[in-house]
Amino acid sequence: MKIKLRDIAHARSGDKGDAGNVGVIAYDDKGFEIIRKHLSKERVKKHFEGICFGEVERYEMPNIRAINFLLHNTLGGGGTVSLKHDAQGKILASAMLRMEIEI
Amino acid sequence: MKEKIRIASGQGFWGDLIEAPYWQVTKGPIDYLVMDYLAEVTMSILQKQKNKNPDLGYARDIPGLMKKILPICKEKGIKVITNGGGVNPVACAEAIIKVAKDIGIKNLKIGVVVGDDIKDKIDDVISAGCELNNMETGESVKTVKDKILSANVYFGAFPIVEALQIGAEIVITGRTTDTGLTLAPMIYEFGWKANNYNLMAAGTVAGHILECGAQSSGGNFLGDWQSLENMAEVGFPIAEAFPNGDVVITKHENTGGLVSFATVAEQLVYEIGDPKSYITPDCVADFSSIKLEDLGNNRVKVYDVKGNPETEFFKVSCSYASGYSAIGSLTYSWPQALTKAKAADKILRKRLENLNLKYDEIKTEFIGYNATQGPLSKELNEDDINEIMLRVAVRGKDYDSIERFGKEIAPLILTGPPSVTGFAGGRPKPSEVVAYWPALIPKKLVKPEVKLYEL
Repeated sequence: MKIKLRDIAHARSGDKGDAGNVGVIAYDDKGFEIIRKHLSKERVKKHFEGICFGEVERYEMPNIRAINFLLHNTLGGGGTVSLKHDAQGKILASAMLRMEIEI
Repeated sequence: MKEKIRIASGQGFWGDLIEAPYWQVTKGPIDYLVMDYLAEVTMSILQKQKNKNPDLGYARDIPGLMKKILPICKEKGIKVITNGGGVNPVACAEAIIKVAKDIGIKNLKIGVVVGDDIKDKIDDVISAGCELNNMETGESVKTVKDKILSANVYFGAFPIVEALQIGAEIVITGRTTDTGLTLAPMIYEFGWKANNYNLMAAGTVAGHILECGAQSSGGNFLGDWQSLENMAEVGFPIAEAFPNGDVVITKHENTGGLVSFATVAEQLVYEIGDPKSYITPDCVADFSSIKLEDLGNNRVKVYDVKGNPETEFFKVSCSYASGYSAIGSLTYSWPQALTKAKAADKILRKRLENLNLKYDEIKTEFIGYNATQGPLSKELNEDDINEIMLRVAVRGKDYDSIERFGKEIAPLILTGPPSVTGFAGGRPKPSEVVAYWPALIPKKLVKPEVKLYEL
């Protein structure tokens, strides 16, 4: 069965230099088990192909049912240097929630 | 000792809702109003303003705001803490004193924190053995030293605590961490010790939740955002802090928005790296230790926060001039809007190439198609696309090339594909690119200084 990530989680994103941060928060414990299992570094790196050109770091926060991702080399040089319309990575959260997961 | 204090967030950045601080001091009880005005880009803008006029260089909204809220703060005993002093906190304090006199306030004590501005001391810092190596690239600051526009150390909560201890009713700082603004009144009121790292972390986490204003009370909420009520009068967050480090995040009654587990959790993950290591000058907070409990009725308890000792360094943020950029846009309409926009981009790029102009980067995005989600955007049937905004941005070291780009995009209206409009703003002008140089400096090389100004 295929589920949409946005049905089981919400998210927020922002910038840290040229890296974007995306925190994905599951709505409940069951959702957290799903994202914990399926949102690997590799999966996220592949999802952001053509957007994230660097390493992906992944940190679990079971205390709030969240996983935080740092996507390096993603914002076209970062903050004030970037020519991107979304220079601060504000939309990366919505882009992450496009993911579909086979469970 | 007070049983609890209420710390209210009034601004999440310079440009935030102007009414918010007024709402915070009038719509319910609070003890402190904290306002974060400083993004990295703000410091270089303020430095430019100060270079032109030595009396400027702070968030100029502040005197006007104080005129409105000072009488209320005086009456209710609300203290105000802000980093809106920017690169000239002394001038900001003087401007507030002037406003206070104008509106007939008889006595006022303003604490000012200075010493964060090391722009004129970089040579001394280098001589002392610290080359302010870039935290990302490792390069020495010497490579950009001649182009530096501003250089500021991020101070923590303790200089503000000192200002409160000598009686300040308003504290104006330069570059202070956003979290320090909220942690400081807790340290001051509850007598927390600097080496009680769990308490330092508890106040730091509260500061992180407050530092972006309404972003923890319903703003930019990607959960069930449509269910939020009365966002026109969104209540900015308030931290109710207790001596044992427990904090309840809430907002005034009868305001809009929402404080819930979900809205607070979204703010907790905002712009963090490794959650176990949230580094500030006051402590290293462990965000994976935070416990959140939704108490209902717009109250979320934040407790059991763990912290570790602070590092031996302050963070420094230098800004430096790094060439120029310009952005232009044109709107193409149905039919074949995307095909037309792509053709126009191709023509523009060919013309720039034929002129031998020099750019470090040319970036094209198609707003309405893929500008915000790139390759993740859904493929659209071209007949279903009503319009596309072509957005082209250029960046480089050569001013003339950037300026000429502005003169090449406008002619596309008469010399490119049809059904084009939306060029009302004139030729795009080059703007200066300010880049950032994050570095660390040993704490012993910098000393915060607290001054008291009295009326």
